[in-house]
Amino acid sequence: MEPSHDQPHVPGPSLWPIGFALGIACVLVGLIVSWPAAAVGAVIAVACAYFWIRDAARGYRTPVVHEPESRAVAAGAAPPASAGEPALPVMEDEEIERFPRNVFLEGATLGLGGLIGGLVTVPAVGFMVAPAFVRQHAKSVDVGPLTDFPEGQYVIATFLRDPSQGEVSRRTAYVRNNGVVTGRPSFTIISNRCAHLGCPVQPNGPVFDAKKNVVQTTQGEQVTIIPMQPAGFGCPCHGGQYDTEGNRIAGPPVRSLDRYDYEIKNGHLVLLGTYSVAHVDGTGSGAKIRRYGLAGPGEHITGPEAWFYPLQPPH
Amino acid sequence: MATRRTTRSQRLIQVANYPLDWLEERSGLVGGVKYFLFRKVPADIGWYHTLGSATLTAFLVQVVTGVILAMYYHPDPNSAYESIQHITNDVTLGWLVRGMHRWGASVFIILMFFHMARVFLFGAYKYPRELNWIIGVLLLATGMFEGFTGYLLPWDQTAYWASVVGININGTAPFLGPFLAQFLRGGAEIGPDTIARFYALHMLAIPGALIALIGLHLYLVIRLGVSPNPWTKRGAGAEREPVPGRSGLTRPSARGVTK
Repeated sequence: MEPSHDQPHVPGPSLWPIGFALGIACVLVGLIVSWPAAAVGAVIAVACAYFWIRDAARGYRTPVVHEPESRAVAAGAAPPASAGEPALPVMEDEEIERFPRNVFLEGATLGLGGLIGGLVTVPAVGFMVAPAFVRQHAKSVDVGPLTDFPEGQYVIATFLRDPSQGEVSRRTAYVRNNGVVTGRPSFTIISNRCAHLGCPVQPNGPVFDAKKNVVQTTQGEQVTIIPMQPAGFGCPCHGGQYDTEGNRIAGPPVRSLDRYDYEIKNGHLVLLGTYSVAHVDGTGSGAKIRRYGLAGPGEHITGPEAWFYPLQPPH
Repeated sequence: MATRRTTRSQRLIQVANYPLDWLEERSGLVGGVKYFLFRKVPADIGWYHTLGSATLTAFLVQVVTGVILAMYYHPDPNSAYESIQHITNDVTLGWLVRGMHRWGASVFIILMFFHMARVFLFGAYKYPRELNWIIGVLLLATGMFEGFTGYLLPWDQTAYWASVVGININGTAPFLGPFLAQFLRGGAEIGPDTIARFYALHMLAIPGALIALIGLHLYLVIRLGVSPNPWTKRGAGAEREPVPGRSGLTRPSARGVTK
């Protein structure tokens, strides 16, 4: 039988499904109570299923005869549409509705749908985007007493930038004590984030792992201090090279290494936020640092290329 | 006797077809699938034309293996690496499924490029299939974004630093780059949210986009048909018959309006 849309064929009415259901129920009860009862139920179910299918398939065994739809033609047959009066009254232009109901309904549906969609979407998208841009202030980190930083020597300090985030926030800074200048201790604290694409720069020179010093800070976190003697810093990813002040001397970096702000609190060195550096003239406590707001790796902060980065997200 | 047997076998076939007829009458799905599977293609197409199906197969492998990997993977900085080790070393056949997903990702991208090269060299991107080329390019970009987000998930040194570099390359884009990088990191620095964010993009958002784009891509392939080989008489660039049923789509020159 060809399926068609105007002649739906539905199986004929049948009472056998009731018997089939009873049989299945009998099988299920029998499985718990007794095997013979289950067997009887199975027989009932199979038999009823057979008769049910026979009923349902009757249409295939004896073709259904469709009586043709017929209608007696009235004596005074209607004239063809082209000949008679118009079926609907002819409307003048002024009579035609300027703003019919269906246009209103269409606009209302689209408008309300759009409004509801927006009400749902805007908070969800905000939830996805906004947390990346709010409350991004860097926390201050205590890296231990000043006595752990011998004058004139670089050390590697590793610490948790945000202890609440755990090990994923571990950062490394290269710290050099420049001695006391006009009554205040001076430090050079260089971030190890390469100014090319953010890989960790490494000291070019010996690192004295045997002299490793683990300090328990006032914040309860461990800070590792390792002395070293760098002739500069180099990045393993793409070969960027820096001098001991963090100035780029070779390779792809676009500026000097970033530095940490710091303060001295209760005889401890405390790291604050980071800032970007275009260039450092001189060394140590006498250095002139051309400092800028923190920019991402690979972003120019001077020259025409800096025009490409007029705005920085809060960080 | 013979006719009676014939009617009997016909009746049997009808009964066997009954479920399909039932489905067809209510959904048209059977006809749709038949139309898709048995549609006409040019007579001289060959193995080159299987690259698209191969790419689709690679994608389906990624979907299936990815869903299974998600059952054992922990998108959390403290346990992601350990869960990958667990999948590889402890879970039965985990090494195989992870390997299929890890290498299948490269297969998917490589096959996309082969498929793209075939379409380009055969001129199959030309009228009326330009839109499908554009969708294909979007699929390539989306597929590579899927690869980028998946690369962080093993959470080993390669994964971490490659993602740092990748995010920072995005960050060097003019004007909006720094904001894009911060959105990808989920903050000013890579943190616990970054891996969960990449996981959500990798698992849910990007595959959804890929599936939608693949659906559009296939729709246009079926609607417009497979282009004949360029060296045949009906090849790309030749005068062509109107697309069946859509005479409005033909170019003026094909209708002889301009010469």
